[in-house]
Parts: sequence; structure tokens; C-alpha cells
Amino acid sequence: MFFSDLFRLTTSSLLAYRMRSFLTGLGIAIGIAAVILLTSIGEGLHQFVLTEFNQFGTNIIGIQPGKTQTHGASVGVFGSVRPLSIEDAEALRHVPGVEYVTSVVQGNAEIRANGKSRRVTVYGVGAEFPQAFNLAVQVGNSLPAEDPTHSRPFVVLGAKVRNELFGTGNPLGGYLHIGGVRYRVIGVMEPKGQVLGFDLDDTVFIPVDRGLELFNRTGVMEIDVTYPDNVSADSVERGVRRILTARHGQDDYTVISQEKAMEVLGSVLNVITFAVGALGGISLLVGGVGILTIMTMAVSERTGEIGLLRALGAKEHQVLTLFLGEAILLSAAGGLAGLVFGIGIAQGLHILFPALPVYTPVFFAVLAEASAVVIGLIAGVMPARRAARLDPIEALRTE
Amino acid sequence: MIEFTGVWRTFKVGDQEVAALRDINLELLAGEYVSIMGPSGSGKSTLLNLIGLLDRPTSGIYRLDGQDVTTLDDAEQARIRSEKIGFVFQFFHLVPRLSAAMNIELPLLLAGVAPDERKQRVTQLLQSYGLSERADHRPDQLSGGQRQRVAIARATSMHPLVLLADEPTGNLDQATGKEVMTLLEQLVSQGVALILVTHDPGLGKRATRQLRMVDGQIVSDTRNEA
Ligand SMILES: Nc1ncnc2c1ncn2[C@@H]1O[C@H](COP(=O)(O)OP(=O)(O)O)[C@@H](O)[C@H]1O
Ligand SMILES: [Mg+2]
Repeated sequence: MFFSDLFRLTTSSLLAYRMRSFLTGLGIAIGIAAVILLTSIGEGLHQFVLTEFNQFGTNIIGIQPGKTQTHGASVGVFGSVRPLSIEDAEALRHVPGVEYVTSVVQGNAEIRANGKSRRVTVYGVGAEFPQAFNLAVQVGNSLPAEDPTHSRPFVVLGAKVRNELFGTGNPLGGYLHIGGVRYRVIGVMEPKGQVLGFDLDDTVFIPVDRGLELFNRTGVMEIDVTYPDNVSADSVERGVRRILTARHGQDDYTVISQEKAMEVLGSVLNVITFAVGALGGISLLVGGVGILTIMTMAVSERTGEIGLLRALGAKEHQVLTLFLGEAILLSAAGGLAGLVFGIGIAQGLHILFPALPVYTPVFFAVLAEASAVVIGLIAGVMPARRAARLDPIEALRTE
Repeated sequence: MIEFTGVWRTFKVGDQEVAALRDINLELLAGEYVSIMGPSGSGKSTLLNLIGLLDRPTSGIYRLDGQDVTTLDDAEQARIRSEKIGFVFQFFHLVPRLSAAMNIELPLLLAGVAPDERKQRVTQLLQSYGLSERADHRPDQLSGGQRQRVAIARATSMHPLVLLADEPTGNLDQATGKEVMTLLEQLVSQGVALILVTHDPGLGKRATRQLRMVDGQIVSDTRNEA
């Protein structure tokens, strides 16, 4: 039997019971549509969260003081934790593959200018901070590269601070008071908006050594190093550890690479996507039961036909193939319709609610269609085997 | 061509064994025209089913073209059914959703005959059975006589050695029945063996060889003097 004939025969029987085939196919279509819709939303959220987290770049390794241990005693018991210093950050420039290095200290402080005052987030950062975090200066300059322990009192404003304190006037060359020290405004950052609830524009940036002084800290909160795409995160991480351990005499810091953090986050988000997909899969299961029922009915109704086919020379496996083919064709057609529905509804939702991110990877669509086919196969096997094993004489007798 | 040696077919009904065929010994020749008559329940259909390899003897040996076919597996038996045997049934057994042409094509399709050759054979069969106009009609749009013609065309589409007809006119009026018999006898004249089960003594006598069955046994086997 040729495949084209198999297709012709199975379509003819599905079309002969149009309404029934339609309803059964619809069961599968709804299941596939649900799976596609839910996973599209899940994957959309996944992509959204990853872009949010990665907007500062993906090739970043952060180093924080202290050792976070998941179990066992903290190092503090044995020795004191040395703070991370600006000198540590400078030393990390020698790690092979490192492109930018910046130290960060952060806190809240009252700032004053033009007779107005405002409480904002103050970042003490290294000169390479904008490059390291993909940030751009809109007006003026970023903090100059100079001796990081004896810097001049310069400040770069966040976009919102500039608007609140200087309005539309030119802030460059103006002065800003932070904690009793007068800073000269040398630049304004490009607006960045809110990221995960933080307003990145209601901030000011001052040199890190002045930040330490302002917040009365002995060490920086974090050192960040970046590397180009052609360098591996592992090699940079190893270099960082070698230098810091040599400087500190012990392993009293924590290294977090963005790449690894994203891997963990990504796998958590994948689990969520799969969980909602499985939820949709339940309706697919119901569709599968529909196919099982319809095929079982079809086999009893068409017993005479099965006997005839056998008399005309059909082998058992040909009868099996015919009925299995019907089940698979039904579920594959339903699956395709479901793909169209699901993707259509997902895109429609996105148009109605632009804030809702949706994304349907081709791989998901292929996987969904494949699972429709597999469900048809599984649901069809039992009835088709029954058809194949019918005694032809018994089958011919029923008319 | 067909050779039965000591063939029994028994059925279990409850805890009783019912013998539908008892020790059948029979030889039918290629191209022979044989009628089988006998009271209802005498085993005629059972014998036909065995010959057509739709059923297996409980004991005994069946040789077809010299080959012992009793022990063949399903696929091998199906191939022989496809290549050597044609069935014509009392109730036509056409597939209701398929056109006349497609019904005739079914055995060819199942046997995997190439589409071009299939088309050619079906067109020719439609023509020789006067069905060309009806090619695209479904069975419920055909008369009883036309349906049986489709069934005969279908049975001959694979050029079988033997046609097995179980009361082929039993569901037709007399005139149409006669027409159908003419078609079947034409096939005999072309060399196809015909085994005809019938209740009609008039029809039975037309066969060159007449078997009479009673209670699972062949009680008489006579030949017409040509
Ligand atoms: N599947 C079966 N199960 C039980 N008994 C059967 C079966 N098929 C046939 N028989 C019995 O075998 C005998 C012969 O049946 P059958 O060959 O159909 O007779 P005929 O065609 O001559 O009327 C009958 O007694 C019938 O009841
Ligand atoms: Mg009978």
C-alpha cells in the first residue's frame, strides 16, 4: 500500500464522519492551543526577565566580601573577613581577559543644590562603571580616570536628579552638596527607567573613595569585572580568585558570574514554563481520550468493512495501519489547528495587552505538534489492534 | 488446484463441539465451474471460507496449487487471498463511503499495484461491466445489480484463479440475478474457476460439477455430461 493511498483512505473515512471527526479534532486542537498559549506566555516572561537582568551586560563577574556558604560554619569563626578594597579592584586589572573593572559602594544620602534638597541613591563607583554596565553619559563626561584613592569631588547625575534639581537649565559646572562636601557636576547619565522596581535615574555617581568616606565604610560593597565575548567566564573567575586569595591570604570573598546566575535563573524559568505547559497538557490528554473513544466506536461500526478488507487480501498490519493512520491524521490535523489557534490567541493577547510578553519558539510548536501525533498514536493503538485481530469471518457476518 | 484431505472444522459452542465439516476430501480443478447446494447449516459457507483462507481447518490438509497453505501465517495467507482468490458476497460488501471506482480499486491498492496500472485496470473493468457512467457514484446511489457488478469487478481486479461466490444472487430479483450469473459464467469461459454456493436448484444445475452437502459432509458429487 502506498502512503498516498493510505492518506486517501484515511481522509475518506474521516470525511465520511465529518461532524464527529471535527469534534474529536477540536478536542486535540483545544489541548494544543492551551499548551502553546501557556508556554508562549511562560517563555515570553522568561525572555522578558532575562533581558531585564542582562541589560547591563552578560559578561560580568561580581565579587563581594565575605564567604556565603550553603552549609558548615562561616569563615568568620576562624578568621576575620577582610574587606574588599579599592586596591583589590586595581589588582584585578591584571587578570588576563579582563576588560573593565569598577568598584561599587552604594547608599542613601541627602543632596542639595540650587537651594533644593532631595534624598537619592548615591553610588560610589570607579571610572569604568559606565562601560562595565553598558550605561551611557547623555551630557558632559563620566567620572575621570585618576588615582582612585585621591579623586577630585566630581559628580555625574542621574536623569531624574538633574530634572528635579536643575530643571531644564545646564547643570554642568554647577555644584552639589552631599554630606557636607561640595561636588562639581561634570555629566548627566542617559535615562534608564525602572529596573525591577529600582529607579536608576534617581541617583548620583561619585568617585568610589569619596563614597567610602561618605558612608564611613572600610571596604567597597562589590567589585565588578567584565570581559569580552571571546573570553571564558571560567578563566576570568579563576584569575580573579588567584589574585584575591593571594592578596587576602584566604578565600574570604564570593564570586558570582552573571553567566552562572543566568543559567540558574534560566533553568528555574524553564521549569515554570514546562509546568504551565504540562497544565495545558491535561486538556491534551482529554483530547486523546476523545480519539480513543471515537476510534473504538469506528472499529465496531466498521467491522464489516474490516472483514471485507481482509477478504480482499489486506494483511493484519495493513488494517492496523489504516486505523492507526486515521487516529494520527485526526490528532495531527487537530494539532495543526491548535497551533494556529494558540499562536493566534497569544499574539492577540500581546496586541491587547502590550505589557504581556509572549514568545513562541519554533521548537515549542514542533514539540506540540509531535506530542499531538504521539497522542493520536497512543490513543489509536488499542482500537487499531482490535481491528487488526478481528476474525475476518465474524467480521464479514456482521452487516 | 484445490485439494482437501481429511479436513475437519469444528466449533466450540458452550461446552459442545459442533462439527461444521466432517472429513472432507475434495479435489477441484483449475477453471472448474462447481456449484455447492445443501440445506441451511450443512457447512457450505464454512467450506467456502476455508477455501478462501479466511478460516483454518481444525484438522486435515488444504493444498492450493500444490502448496500446503494450512500452516501459512497471516501475511502469507493474505497474499494468497490477494493474488489467487476473489470473493463475491450475498450482501455485496461494498465500502459505503467510497466511489464505485475506488471500491474496484481496493484489492489493487492493498496489493501495492502501481497507480498507473491501477487506473488502467479500473477503467477497463468499469467499461466491461457497464459501469463507466457510475464510476464516481457511491454504493447507495447504485441499484442492487450495479452493486453486485461492482463487487464482481472488484473480485476479478487481481485476476484470481478462483472466484468464491456465496449466494451471489440471493439478494437480487430474478432478472438481475440472471444478469449477474451471466457475468460470472463469462469469467468461467475465460478460465477462472467458479465455486458457487446457491439455494436455487436451477442455478446449481448450470455448473459443470455439482456438490451436495448435508450435515458437514459431501453426499454427492456429479458432473454434467458436456
Ligand atoms: N463461528 C461459528 N461458531 C459456532 N458454530 C458455527 C460457526 N460458524 C458456523 N457454525 C456452525 O457450523 C454449521 C455450518 O454452518 P455454515 O457453514 O454457515 O452453513 P451453511 O452456509 O451451509 O448454511 C452450522 O451448524 C453453524 O451453526
Ligand atoms: Mg451460508
